[in-house]
Amino acid sequence: MAFVTANWNPLGESFYRKIELYEMGWNLKDGLRECLVAAAPYGGPIALLKGHYRRSPSARPQLEIYSSSGLPLASFPWKSGVVKQLGWTVSDDLLCVQEDGTVLVYDLWGGFKRHFSMGNEVSQSQVLETKIFHSPYGTGVAILTGALRFTLATNIDDIKLRRLPEVPGLQEAPSCWAVLTQDRQSKVLVANGSQLFILDNTACTPVTPPGLSPQASSIVHMCVSFSYKYLALLTDSGHVWMGTSNLKEKLSEVDTKIKTPPKQMAWCRRPKSQQPSAVVMWDGLLIVVGECKETIQYHLDDDSVLVPELDGVRIISGTHHELLQEVPGACEEIFKIASMAPGALLLEAHKEYEKESQKADEYLREIKEQSLLSEAVRQCVEAAGHEHEPETQKTLLRAASFGKCFLSNFPPEQFVSMCRDLRVLNAVRDYTVGIPLTHTQFKQMTVQVLIDRLVYRKLYPLAIEVCRYLKTPEYQGVSRVLKHWACYKVQQKEESDEVIAKAVSVKLADAAGISYSEIATKAYESGRTELAIKLLEFEPRSGEQVPLLLKMKKSPLALSKAIESGDTDLVYTVVMYLKNELNRGDFFMMLRNQPVALSLYKQFCKHQEQDTLKDLFNQDDDHEELGNFYVKASYKDQRLEARVALLQSAVDEYYKAKNDFSAKTTEDEMRLLRFQRKLEEEKGEQLVGFSLHDTMTTLLSVGLHKHAEQLYKDFRVPDKRFWWLKLKALAEKEDWEELEKFGKTKKSPVGYLPFVEVCIKHHNKYEAKKYVSKVTPEQKVKAHLAVGDMEGAAEAAIERRNESEISTVLSRCSATTDHLLMERLNRAKATAVKK
Amino acid sequence: MASHLFCGRVNLNILREAARKDLREFLDKCSGSKAIVWDEYLTGPFGLIAQYSLLKEHEVEKMFTLKGGRIPSAAVKNIVFFVRPRLELMDIIAENVASEDKLHPRDFHILFVPRRSLLCEQRLKEKGVLNSFTNIDEYILDLIPYDGDLLSMESESSFRECYLESDQTSLYHAAKGLMTLQALYGTIPQIFGKGECARHVANMMLRMKREFAGSHTQILPVFDTLLLLDRNVDLLTPLATQLTYEGLIDEIFSITNGYVKLPPEKFAQKKQGEGGKDLPTEPKKLQLNSAEELYAEIRDKNFNAVGAALSKKAKVISAAFEERHNAKTVGEIKQFVSQLPHMQAARSSLANHTSIAELIKDITTSEDFFDSLTVEQEFMTGVDTDKVSTYIEDCVAQKDPLIKILRLVCMQSVCNNGLKQKVLDFYKREILQTYGYKHILTLKNLEKVGLLKPQSTMRNNYPTIRKTLKLWMEDTNEQNPNDISYVYSGYAPLSVRLTQVLARPGWRSIEEVLKMLPGPHFEERQQVPTGLHKKRQPGENRTTLVFFLGGVTYAEIAALRFLSNMEDSGTEYIIATTKLINGTSWIKSLMDSPEENLP
Repeated sequence: MAFVTANWNPLGESFYRKIELYEMGWNLKDGLRECLVAAAPYGGPIALLKGHYRRSPSARPQLEIYSSSGLPLASFPWKSGVVKQLGWTVSDDLLCVQEDGTVLVYDLWGGFKRHFSMGNEVSQSQVLETKIFHSPYGTGVAILTGALRFTLATNIDDIKLRRLPEVPGLQEAPSCWAVLTQDRQSKVLVANGSQLFILDNTACTPVTPPGLSPQASSIVHMCVSFSYKYLALLTDSGHVWMGTSNLKEKLSEVDTKIKTPPKQMAWCRRPKSQQPSAVVMWDGLLIVVGECKETIQYHLDDDSVLVPELDGVRIISGTHHELLQEVPGACEEIFKIASMAPGALLLEAHKEYEKESQKADEYLREIKEQSLLSEAVRQCVEAAGHEHEPETQKTLLRAASFGKCFLSNFPPEQFVSMCRDLRVLNAVRDYTVGIPLTHTQFKQMTVQVLIDRLVYRKLYPLAIEVCRYLKTPEYQGVSRVLKHWACYKVQQKEESDEVIAKAVSVKLADAAGISYSEIATKAYESGRTELAIKLLEFEPRSGEQVPLLLKMKKSPLALSKAIESGDTDLVYTVVMYLKNELNRGDFFMMLRNQPVALSLYKQFCKHQEQDTLKDLFNQDDDHEELGNFYVKASYKDQRLEARVALLQSAVDEYYKAKNDFSAKTTEDEMRLLRFQRKLEEEKGEQLVGFSLHDTMTTLLSVGLHKHAEQLYKDFRVPDKRFWWLKLKALAEKEDWEELEKFGKTKKSPVGYLPFVEVCIKHHNKYEAKKYVSKVTPEQKVKAHLAVGDMEGAAEAAIERRNESEISTVLSRCSATTDHLLMERLNRAKATAVKK
Repeated sequence: MASHLFCGRVNLNILREAARKDLREFLDKCSGSKAIVWDEYLTGPFGLIAQYSLLKEHEVEKMFTLKGGRIPSAAVKNIVFFVRPRLELMDIIAENVASEDKLHPRDFHILFVPRRSLLCEQRLKEKGVLNSFTNIDEYILDLIPYDGDLLSMESESSFRECYLESDQTSLYHAAKGLMTLQALYGTIPQIFGKGECARHVANMMLRMKREFAGSHTQILPVFDTLLLLDRNVDLLTPLATQLTYEGLIDEIFSITNGYVKLPPEKFAQKKQGEGGKDLPTEPKKLQLNSAEELYAEIRDKNFNAVGAALSKKAKVISAAFEERHNAKTVGEIKQFVSQLPHMQAARSSLANHTSIAELIKDITTSEDFFDSLTVEQEFMTGVDTDKVSTYIEDCVAQKDPLIKILRLVCMQSVCNNGLKQKVLDFYKREILQTYGYKHILTLKNLEKVGLLKPQSTMRNNYPTIRKTLKLWMEDTNEQNPNDISYVYSGYAPLSVRLTQVLARPGWRSIEEVLKMLPGPHFEERQQVPTGLHKKRQPGENRTTLVFFLGGVTYAEIAALRFLSNMEDSGTEYIIATTKLINGTSWIKSLMDSPEENLP
């Protein structure tokens, strides 16, 4: 414990520390010399292209991929073109940018994934330099071509190439350049001698860093901070200028007193840093510069590479892997020599307590008197998060836990989650895993991404343990890991289908929300159709099974699964697919066995393919529907002959369907149509398409009584209806004479009240009265009332001694004119009630 | 704005808010100014979710109706199609996109309601326009909150699709809707059902539940029971003329998406200063829901009790206005004034409903209405259902509206469990001769769904059903009802009786009758995560969701509300349906008119 500060170096107000992360597990003969190196941020993998600089045609370079602790992940001879640059994407894929602008993408295990080109212009003028950068939009590639132009792709997963404007006065390769992300746009910052330019999509703007010392004649190196907020420039006079990347503010300027160009420069800051600082590396020397004149110098034994991180810089050499960072505030407070910060006192108190010394109480009192105990606990917890050594973490957490005992109402979440986080971090930092994440990085990258990375490294058991331990919801946690595991498992060629299917189903049995179809897809893609089908059986969502089954040409199964899902759109999709795949006979046959699909397809045909519909009915010998089909078709044709012909087909079908009623009525319709046509031709009266009823009405209204009578007889129209029809038609025409004649032809089957009513309806009281006497006794009152004969109505009602009728008449009487009548009615009503 | 959704036992506004959130998110996805091109059918249902103001907030500047040709010019960045997934609509969209002005290209988006469809996307692809769309998305709008206790899918043709065309798409949407509902209101522990479609929906629900295993909703179940009912279990009820206030408004003026259009004459407002100006010619459009206090009070009453309720209300309101004479102190006057807006709203609401009631009364007191109702009631009580009805005969002879005839004939057939072949053929011939041969297809449709049928050898079981379920009550009290039969002045809707019996004493008591009705009846249980079991307080009511597959009438809803409000019922009902229907709209949806398809 006493040595926590042993590796601290002061710089201005704050301290810097260099922690050893790993002794590298690799065995590199020549260290990193003559290697092209790329290490992914967030403790990601390291790629080396060995023998890259030996341009002898006989020796192929070797591409090797290692974990951060130097454990080999992949190694293979490089057979493609000359690589200019290596880099990692945000999802841990390796990008190899070739001289001709082709970018090859490999996975962590050296498996080739895909390639893409940076465009014609790049391939013609060749790549001069390239940079791979990360932004909120993903991983991007920036290229400086032999023609001294920049080409940029902001997101390699959605490539949109942008060619940036020309830099004025650029005769040779610029002394240095960097990619910036500002205002949601990626820009390039270029130094040409002492001139600086910002290139965006449209323009090239010269800029000047405020307060850059004038002795510099050229900017030889530049770097942008992890967050793109800060910029550092190194001039040929050996000065490091630090400022904001928008070039509005200068933070500091320090003279390194070294004028040779450095190998690499990187920002070394952390969120809530106390001062801006950068690291510059030359052969064998590393300098940390900050705000003050002094610098920290480290000696390097070996060729090294700097990997900028969110909260520091990692230094990878042929033998070691170290982290250089500003000492976090909480750690400084606690461990600084002679610190009286509450955290430091609490740590001390706990130490004394362990020794069973009463001094513990004194320290505690001191903190409590200032009521800083909760602050002390918080400091210890926070500091524990920033410490790399588990022993130190434990000591700090124990102290925090000790302090917590003397606090009531101290929220436990921070302590608990820190313990959990550290346990996970220590596990992934382990040499065998080799992901040296700091707590700050872990919080930034989230558990989700960490689990993804573990899965990507095929560390399934660890990933599952992490999920369980952190209680990640099953959906996003364990189930997801298991799915990835299964996808990997199904690609193992050496095991039999049965064994794999069983293994997968056993492991995944209890996991919720597993998409078996995804796993099956993987199996199918690696050529194992049988296994895929077996796996699909486990998929609970039948809808999900369908697309793959179709792809595997298991159409009957796909169809029944689609039907099972109840999703009609899915059924349609399969049906349409089958329609294109199969010949018509097979297609119909298959539908026949699936009534749900068949009726849906019929619906489709009804709207889209009438002819197919007919074929379907034909196939099923569905004469009834065929009949209906012809009936419908008959209305689509304007020509009478065609209509009648179609109706005849309908009649035939209806007979075949043993539907005599439909057949007969259809025949009637044909007869009617012919009749209408004939009459239209003879009399010029528009008739075709009318109903029988309307035809007769029309005929009567134009006086063609004979023809109407003929229809009445031919079509066996019921008397009642014909009478109604005729008397209404005559009244409409106001042909009262004819009406009277009609009324006398025989006894009316509808009675005579309708006569009265139609007359009144056409305001002819005179005619109406003629029929009142003929009305049956039951309807007399109504008839009298209809023609407005109150006396008659009263007479009839009294005669019938019907109480309700009397009341009806009474309600129609007016008190002033029908006084006497009302008296009579009232008397009659009284007697009627008595009875 | 959506106050009517809060008032029920279950806060349906959660559902509406969820729907609104999705809509906003989609609109924001198409950044910049936009014009919406509407599938006209959707505007009504959408009105229940969001008004124009919401769209406007999200930069919707123009709205068009989907039709062929070129979309009218509008200086907007985006064109958004809101459509149902129908092939014929895809063809129109393709035409729209193809004829777009190439010089001023706009971004296209499609929002499928209620679900995106591979079939439609395929069609767009075939037409070569699929890549023109920046966003293709779906807007899951299955169950739309219609009122405080009412959800509707507003799916016009679902009965026709399910029973006539064997297309169960709407059932899939119903099941999906129920899943959404359960995601918001907790798993429903008990499911009962009657009918083929009910069975199908329940099966899909159980399957979907399995599919989503693992994503348990940790929500205390709001609903205790779900009852799924096929419309074809009770074909009779919608055929009968509804006699509640709301039911009659629907029968006479038809309520669409919560709005009714009324003849303007009665609503001519006599404003001071411009009195006597010409009458408005536009129909008066009124929104009808429980947000209106008076309407909530009278909507479910038998129409014969509405007059009394209105006059009572009138007295209360005028008494309230008289208060002003008693207001002496400044404080009292202030209080009176503060109540004025509320009182004025109540007065105008009263005026509206008095006018509506008058309009209805003109019809209900007519002889025609009376005669037809008498015949309906005779059928329902089983009088002379086995022979040709002279009333129907006369109506046909006078060529009364066809739908009226079809309603009556179907009713007779249902009440007689099929008609004698001779009787059936007579009616059919009469209809074809009078209204035209083209209706042969409609008649076939009615036969296919079972509304019309020839008598089979089996005994007519309607009387047994009627007696066991007490479908006809002789002494119905319309003013102060004590039984659901008041909604049809004597007839107690079968569907609601089934619901009532299920709650108490349970379906076991009516096994025999259930067997007579079509389709299986069933019960399913869904596991509720431990810890979410409801602990019922003594006296706390159960909540049952009744889902009518194929439509529900306002009178049935009224009957269920009556049951909810009965003191000792112990159950409160929330109603869900594919569509609010009445006999007329229902029959209309089953009609086929071949002439309309003429090119």
